[in-house]
Amino acid sequence: MVKDMGLKLVVIGAGMASGRALEQLFETAPDAYDVTLFNAEPRGNYNRLMLSPVLSGEKTYEEIVTHDDAWYEENNVTCRFGEKVLKIDRARKVVVGENGEVPYDKLVLGMGSNPFMIPLPGHDLEGVIAYRDLEDTNRMIDLGAKPGAKAVVIGGGLLGLEAAAGLKMRGVDVTVVHIMGHLMERQLDEAAGYLLRKALVDRGITVMCSANSKEIVGEDGHVKALKLDDGTELPCDLLVMAVGIRPSIALGQDAGLAVGRGIHVDDQMVTSDADILALGECVEHDGAVFGLVAPLYDQAKVIAKTLAGEEAKFVNKEVSTKLKVTGCDLFSAGDFADGDDREDIVFRDPSRGVYKRLVLKDNVVIGAVMYGDTADGNWFYNLIKDGEDVSEMRETLIFGPAFQGGAAADPLAAVAALPADAEICGCNGVCKGQIVSAIEGGATTLDDVRAQTKASGSCGTCTGLVEQVLAVTLGDDFVLPTSKSVCGCTDLTHEDVRRLIKSQELKSQPAVWQELGWNTPNGCHVCRPAINFYLLADWPLEYKDDPQSRFVNERNHANIQKDGTFSVVPRMWGGITTPDELRAIADAADKYNVPTVKVTGGQRIDLLGVKKEDLPSMWYDLNQAGMVSGHAYSKGLRTVKTCVGTDHCRFGTQDSTGLGIKLEKMLWGSWTPHKVKLAVSGCPRNCAEATCKDVGIICVDSGYEVSVAGAAGMDVKETELLAKVATEEEAIELTAAFIQIYRENAKYLDRGYKWVAKVGLDWVKEQVVDDLEQRKALFERFELSQSIYRNDPWAEHVSEKADSYQPLANLTLEAAE
Amino acid sequence: MSWIDVGSIDQIPVRGARILKTAVGCVALFRTSEAEVFATSDRCPHKGGPLSDGIVHGKSVTCPLHNWVFSLETGEAQGADEGQIATYPVRVENGRIIIDGTQLAKRTAA
Repeated sequence: MVKDMGLKLVVIGAGMASGRALEQLFETAPDAYDVTLFNAEPRGNYNRLMLSPVLSGEKTYEEIVTHDDAWYEENNVTCRFGEKVLKIDRARKVVVGENGEVPYDKLVLGMGSNPFMIPLPGHDLEGVIAYRDLEDTNRMIDLGAKPGAKAVVIGGGLLGLEAAAGLKMRGVDVTVVHIMGHLMERQLDEAAGYLLRKALVDRGITVMCSANSKEIVGEDGHVKALKLDDGTELPCDLLVMAVGIRPSIALGQDAGLAVGRGIHVDDQMVTSDADILALGECVEHDGAVFGLVAPLYDQAKVIAKTLAGEEAKFVNKEVSTKLKVTGCDLFSAGDFADGDDREDIVFRDPSRGVYKRLVLKDNVVIGAVMYGDTADGNWFYNLIKDGEDVSEMRETLIFGPAFQGGAAADPLAAVAALPADAEICGCNGVCKGQIVSAIEGGATTLDDVRAQTKASGSCGTCTGLVEQVLAVTLGDDFVLPTSKSVCGCTDLTHEDVRRLIKSQELKSQPAVWQELGWNTPNGCHVCRPAINFYLLADWPLEYKDDPQSRFVNERNHANIQKDGTFSVVPRMWGGITTPDELRAIADAADKYNVPTVKVTGGQRIDLLGVKKEDLPSMWYDLNQAGMVSGHAYSKGLRTVKTCVGTDHCRFGTQDSTGLGIKLEKMLWGSWTPHKVKLAVSGCPRNCAEATCKDVGIICVDSGYEVSVAGAAGMDVKETELLAKVATEEEAIELTAAFIQIYRENAKYLDRGYKWVAKVGLDWVKEQVVDDLEQRKALFERFELSQSIYRNDPWAEHVSEKADSYQPLANLTLEAAE
Repeated sequence: MSWIDVGSIDQIPVRGARILKTAVGCVALFRTSEAEVFATSDRCPHKGGPLSDGIVHGKSVTCPLHNWVFSLETGEAQGADEGQIATYPVRVENGRIIIDGTQLAKRTAA
């Protein structure tokens, strides 16, 4: 076939964007150009998005080829595949390839992007690859043939997870190492990230978040392991880096085209040279660079029209992404980033593992994330694209298109409309009909329905729904019970939440929010401190305390005062101090201009009026003098007050000071539902005022009277005797067991006496006095927790967090210049 | 507008805050999620509590002194309380926090 003597078009890069552009061009102006196509890869255009199904074995390479040899031949494209372009000579209008020059009238750049390789030591070892092309994919497939093969994937984004899932399906033992706190943090919030992680872990993939890679270890030039900065070593035969891409701009830059992050193009996809156009991942348009396919196809359309001499303009639109991992149903579209006046609508269905979140602005949906059920994804995507006003359907919007067009948004109407076989309680398989029959049979309360049908009796998240069925069926006879839930984020009570954290083994805050159906993205100031405490009390080794879920005093390890300054109280074990300590305290008071020094009721010295910026250096000075935090700010062990006991007092019966110091050294640093104060008096004259403490010990000739549940605050209450024991060891074990059972069971912010009143002192006695094995087990659990928490937060903050007490920046200095 | 780079987003923990000293007083920077930062006045209009020491939840912060809750987007007090804090334009680019300096340089007659 003889070619027309058309203009000469050279295209560099046979990727998805340039492939689509050629298709469009041949449709619009079939004979306008004589096309030469360069590609560094020794093949033509294939659907790069489908590499993951090739990796997992669900597709073959042949199935994902979009343009085969016949297509290029049919369209008279001269293919120079496997040949690198060395340079563009704009003056002579030629492209210089490895095998010779090609002149052009118009040039299209579609070089795409290069995978970003973190320059870790060892990144150039054999076996360290990116996940970008068929070669990389084949390397991973080949690894699957080796028995017992191990791989590490750095990067928990879209590409990294697809690589990990594919490797796993090929039988490789995979670990994903992700630097951020949760997976796919650009698309997902924590709760959806938690669900995704769970699904990946369920299929046998190890996932490590907040993990910093430090070094790639090699042997004989080949990768052997990845080392993290905490010292962990992850052995691997292949290391895949999937941490992002960088536009490939070198050719354009060398040719002197305007570049930024990518090669600059205008709305017509023309670069700073009127005869050179560019598209795809190598370009930068209006400040944006591109990684997803939808806008690239739009660019392809525009570039084809521009080449054909027609009017066209590229507009960057919202995009959606789907994770292509079989069995992980995930959809994300639009924008979750910062901006004004945004609102979240969150829907969770823990029993089905479903999470949906919509972001609204001015009654328009601007972002959507869906996990577990993405059937409505495209409907939401269209709402985002069209910018449709959703105020009419706001209340039921999150339930999707099937729910729209019905009656006004009344949740009761929605429940009333449910058919009798609609499942209400997923745990116990109870449908609406069964609940209605129970009600018609005489059940009038939630408890009645629970007793008769078991509905809402397990995980409890359908409680609200069951109550609505009651309301619909009984009409005005049913009054929705007043809420005694933790807070507005949930209908569950503290007791429910504690029970469920234990029974469902929920070990992170996102797990609690998701599995227990929180209706806010990440809780509020009421529930977060409570959940943080429950998790660290129940899972001391697995859960890491979250400073961001603590009230100001516990986060800053000092008490905030009404003027925003803080107070500092060093620990004085059992109320005993030394001249050296007192001197150091006096020095610190002078050095930091402490306006008030006060002696507290708990036998400590309080330095009031310290500026936040001064806290770390003041702590450092006190640490140097051997003192640690007195935890005068914590819902935790505060003080153990003592009298001088047998050391000096003529009435003392035992070494009350010594016992107080021992107790304080055992208990300090522990977190409790509310503050815990102790005292030990050396005789029944009770100079340490032990009988109004959470735990008070009175020494007598024959041993120790351990009493609990006293109060001297808003309520004044004398302690009640828990038990009398003969030895100091027993007194210590009994005290720890009591505090541990309080930690494990009480509602957050219930003082000991309130909690004992709820459960009854007899029950407490059964557990810690009568049942010696139980006492021992509680003591051991307390000690296990203390292996983490018995340390000085001041020293830790001085060495690791001192910066966070300072302003991030001081702009007044610059302004003054 | 004159945009000023004030630091890396990694210097603020997720759901945490830091302050900036400026000519208009302390400005609190709140990081509400991996890549989202808001800037507001650090001072609660109720009793002057330092908002940067409050608990950050959703796109709100709770004052550490008396639990007033403010929207970080609008600066409006939520619920039954009535009050307003100043908000300032801020954005995150390549992991850097960039704030508009023009509004922060305004000196009140002092």
